[in-house]
Amino acid sequence: MHHVVIENWSRGASLLHARDARVKVILLLAFLVALATTPRLTPAASACYAALAIAGILLGGLPLGSLLLRAAIVLPFTATFAVFSLIAGDAPRAAGLLVKSYLSAAAVLVLVGTTPLAKLLRGLESLGAPRLLTLVVQFLYRYLFVISEQAQHMRLAALCRGSGPRPLRFRAAAGAIAVLFARSHQRAEGIHQAMLARGFSGRTELLSSTRIGLRDLLFLGAGLSLVLALRTSLGVLWNL
Amino acid sequence: MEPLIEVRGLRFRYDDGTLALDGVDFQLFPGETVALFGRNGSGKTTFVHHLNGLLAGEGFVSVCGLQVEKRNLPAVRRKIGLVFQDSDEQLFMPTVIEDVAFGPLNRGQDTTAAMETASQALRDVGLEALAGRAPYHLSAGEKKRVALAGILAMEPEILVLDEPTTFLDPPAQRDLAALLRRLPQAKLVVTHDARFARALARRAVFFEKGRIVADGPIDEIVDRFQWVPGTTSGEAAGPQPAG
Repeated sequence: MHHVVIENWSRGASLLHARDARVKVILLLAFLVALATTPRLTPAASACYAALAIAGILLGGLPLGSLLLRAAIVLPFTATFAVFSLIAGDAPRAAGLLVKSYLSAAAVLVLVGTTPLAKLLRGLESLGAPRLLTLVVQFLYRYLFVISEQAQHMRLAALCRGSGPRPLRFRAAAGAIAVLFARSHQRAEGIHQAMLARGFSGRTELLSSTRIGLRDLLFLGAGLSLVLALRTSLGVLWNL
Repeated sequence: MEPLIEVRGLRFRYDDGTLALDGVDFQLFPGETVALFGRNGSGKTTFVHHLNGLLAGEGFVSVCGLQVEKRNLPAVRRKIGLVFQDSDEQLFMPTVIEDVAFGPLNRGQDTTAAMETASQALRDVGLEALAGRAPYHLSAGEKKRVALAGILAMEPEILVLDEPTTFLDPPAQRDLAALLRRLPQAKLVVTHDARFARALARRAVFFEKGRIVADGPIDEIVDRFQWVPGTTSGEAAGPQPAG
């Protein structure tokens, strides 16, 4: 499963892993904004952005091939819009859409692959993301493991009793989804009770977040300068 | 001596009409450990959920001199710690230390104090090394001990454990029993496991159809209700070796 692999990546040790989550989030945003606002992605411009993304992957000690393959997960979605642009006769725009979405996904994977979710959510929160949103993500991620494990158990149990004709299998799958939904609801109630039993009153406090160090600031400065320089030079070239 | 828990005439009916508790009377005294036995659906878990106000039925329930009612719930929940049967329901924070600190933070401790309380609770259960781990990477035994640490961090006077041996292998059960014996709090242990209960408690009560039908020394209760696993006289233990 994707989230297990990415979680394993996030527990590694590298220059990027050691950086504060907030610094990495700001750099990712800068990269995404620069990429999104580049008007026409020429092959040279695409290569420059790709080089930045690949530098991130290498600095994070992440497996290049596997990450680039996983980033392709966004392509089916953007390909739909790219096809429309192609039909409208705007091939460069179609190519730009694909390249931008793909590189954005790769950059996001660099962030989540070098930052454990707990730190990432805490970083996002201290940058002003709503607590409710980070809580929902946190619970979703926490119980994704439990629910997917339950689903796998149910699948095995079904396999043990033989796989019948196709319509029967669809019915069994539909039933399994309904049972999973009911169980998840029941579990949500159990979790809420466990929270109440430990004094939950509607607000969760978090343990203090870590401080941004000098190395983080230097990294942030260098990263922002690089992205800004790239974006500015591309802008100038475009105007020429 | 004043009882820590006093329950009189407790009745509770679920929304679907099932009468789960039908007039329960019970007392728990300081330093005591009591095992709660009874068949599935006899009302044990429903009963313990009344002790910290997760459910509210008719009758009188008091914990450490506080009547369990809405306005007292925050105070009551500081006095009584409930360890749930399914540890996955109790470990909902992204890391072990954050989960254990959840209660102290809710209790109003600042982050430094909550961190210290949580670290101490993890030391108490021997899992300080796992502080930074995600709960879903732990074994069942570790999860149970982290769940217990989360409750110990609330510094309760009473511990309530709902089926604590579920999913635990025998060594993990032994470790848990040894750990619980070291803890000074009064305890209520809901369990089907007579051997585990005997390692902890001298007194037991037996639930049947929402009532406590027996209350006394654990050995007598186990004998009277034959509360031990095993084959009945009519069942064969398996094929006999030839010769």
